[in-house]
Amino acid sequence: MGTLSRLARRLADLVGAHRAALQPAVCGPGIAKLGATPLDGLPSVGLARLRGTHLKYFAPSTVEEAVGLLAQPNTKVFAGATDVIPQIRAGRPEPDALVDLKKIDRLIAVQCTDAKWIIGAATPTARLTANAEFSAEFPGLAEAAGLIGSDQVQSRSSLGGNLCNASPAADSVPAMIVNGARVVIATANGGTRSVAVQDVPTGPGRTSLAPGEFVVEIEVDRAPARTADAYLRMIPRTEMDIAVVGVGVRVTLDESGKVTDALVALGAVAPTVVRVPAAEAALIGSTLDDAALAVAAAAASAACNPIDDKRGTIAYRTHVAGVLTRRAAVIAGQRAAEKNGASR
Amino acid sequence: MSRIQVSCTVNGDPVDFLCDADGSLLNSLRDELGLTGVKEGCGTGDCGACSILLDGELNCSCLIFAPEAEGTTITTVEGLANGDHLTPLQQCFLEGAALQCGICTPGVLVAATSLLNHNPNPTETEIRYALAGNLCRCTGYDKIVRAVREAAAQIRETSA
Ligand SMILES: Cc1cc2nc3c(=O)[nH]c(=O)nc-3n(C[C@H](O)[C@H](O)[C@H](O)COP(=O)(O)OP(=O)(O)OC[C@H]3O[C@@H](n4cnc5c(N)ncnc54)[C@H](O)[C@@H]3O)c2cc1C
Ligand code: FES
Ligand code: FES
Repeated sequence: MGTLSRLARRLADLVGAHRAALQPAVCGPGIAKLGATPLDGLPSVGLARLRGTHLKYFAPSTVEEAVGLLAQPNTKVFAGATDVIPQIRAGRPEPDALVDLKKIDRLIAVQCTDAKWIIGAATPTARLTANAEFSAEFPGLAEAAGLIGSDQVQSRSSLGGNLCNASPAADSVPAMIVNGARVVIATANGGTRSVAVQDVPTGPGRTSLAPGEFVVEIEVDRAPARTADAYLRMIPRTEMDIAVVGVGVRVTLDESGKVTDALVALGAVAPTVVRVPAAEAALIGSTLDDAALAVAAAAASAACNPIDDKRGTIAYRTHVAGVLTRRAAVIAGQRAAEKNGASR
Repeated sequence: MSRIQVSCTVNGDPVDFLCDADGSLLNSLRDELGLTGVKEGCGTGDCGACSILLDGELNCSCLIFAPEAEGTTITTVEGLANGDHLTPLQQCFLEGAALQCGICTPGVLVAATSLLNHNPNPTETEIRYALAGNLCRCTGYDKIVRAVREAAAQIRETSA
């Protein structure tokens, strides 16, 4: 921030503090708790207007309340804000209101039933990966979620935000897709609808959510017997980077070690995460032998439609997608075999 | 225009401040509360210089909207020492010369404190991963890692 705008900010802060002191009833803690910041009726001050302080902040405690708030145009939900804040700081146009989803209990919860896991869309990934049962049942998804940023970022970043930010390189998305994850969406009319995770992002930064909708939770069916997933990504560093290629694989084995089901999804090689049916077909019926892995790797490379940038050329991303598909399939297969007869 | 009043506990003291809806907690801590140990390196979550504990969890204060702090308990680097009595970690940083220019140091200390709170006996690899969100352009990290290991050993000894 430039010195001038810093000065402006400081001055406007002083003005704001002074005005608040004049208007204790308006700026009292009760109102702050609700998150509502009604206009105080005083003529606005030039400096303050420069800073765009019309922006409102809400922290609803129920899904219904959040749906009501989202009826206002140009209102944006956020969970961890680890994408939203860098985007605003980079100059992306600001909304008129921000709605923090983290005060809604249902959105910050990890539950397990006999049939499925239900993950609140705003749950910090650190909390999800700390769940030992979840991580044992979905090691690949837990690894993918745990790869997002630093420990600092992990305290905030959510699966809902990773998905709805709609980056083609979002780490958790291929891993969610190979586990057949669905999202429960709160709709503008007060109902809910459920769609597959892969149907949410429609292109970089774009989703199929209608205005006023948001993701309430992510559902993943319990993993069948002898089933395991793996997620691998290529980054030029060891930590703190965005995937050049990300690959999620899940396999199910029969008692003899033959693959009866396989799912393969690639991140960062196309405008959205892509499933690779040809790679899946190559793995199904195999024992994850070299020949099958080679066909699956070639199919994964063939499914790539990547961008060419300084972080990875088209040729590099295409090649690496094949290599990682092979490796992830082997890891998933080993894990599934270790689960042996155990149902989970 | 109107500003939002936030009440929270910072380094053990109840505090109130006024902020804008889109203001960062980092700016409120520095400009409203005078806690300039919290540094701004990037403002986008990459460098960790703004690290704080929020309800005991390690966070970048630049990645938090100031109104989100309502009702929370925050620890900044200013809240680590007990008066003039430095923590073993801070003492080890001094003695091991684990800092040069010092701008990253408050964030590193908070992140390493969080690590030692969760894991009293971290390996070198665990320390390096735990501090991956804290960039230091001076030290080359080795002295930082050694200071954290030394502090962990001292803390284990005194609590044994
Ligand atoms: C330093 C740093 C490192 C990072 N490293 C990685 C990485 O390695 N891999 C990776 O994949 N990402 C990474 N990210 C990006 C980011 O942390 C992740 O995408 C994270 O999962 C976003 O979650 P969030 O809760 O913070 O999202 P937010 O920022 O809160 O939201 C992101 C977007 O999703 C929308 N949204 C959020 N929740 C919902 C919901 N429930 N319903 C509908 N829309 C919603 C928001 O409106 C916004 O458009 C990194 C970010 C930083 C700052
Ligand atoms: S200033 Fe917050 S991470 Fe760099
Ligand atoms: S001591 Fe200078 S950045 Fe770390």
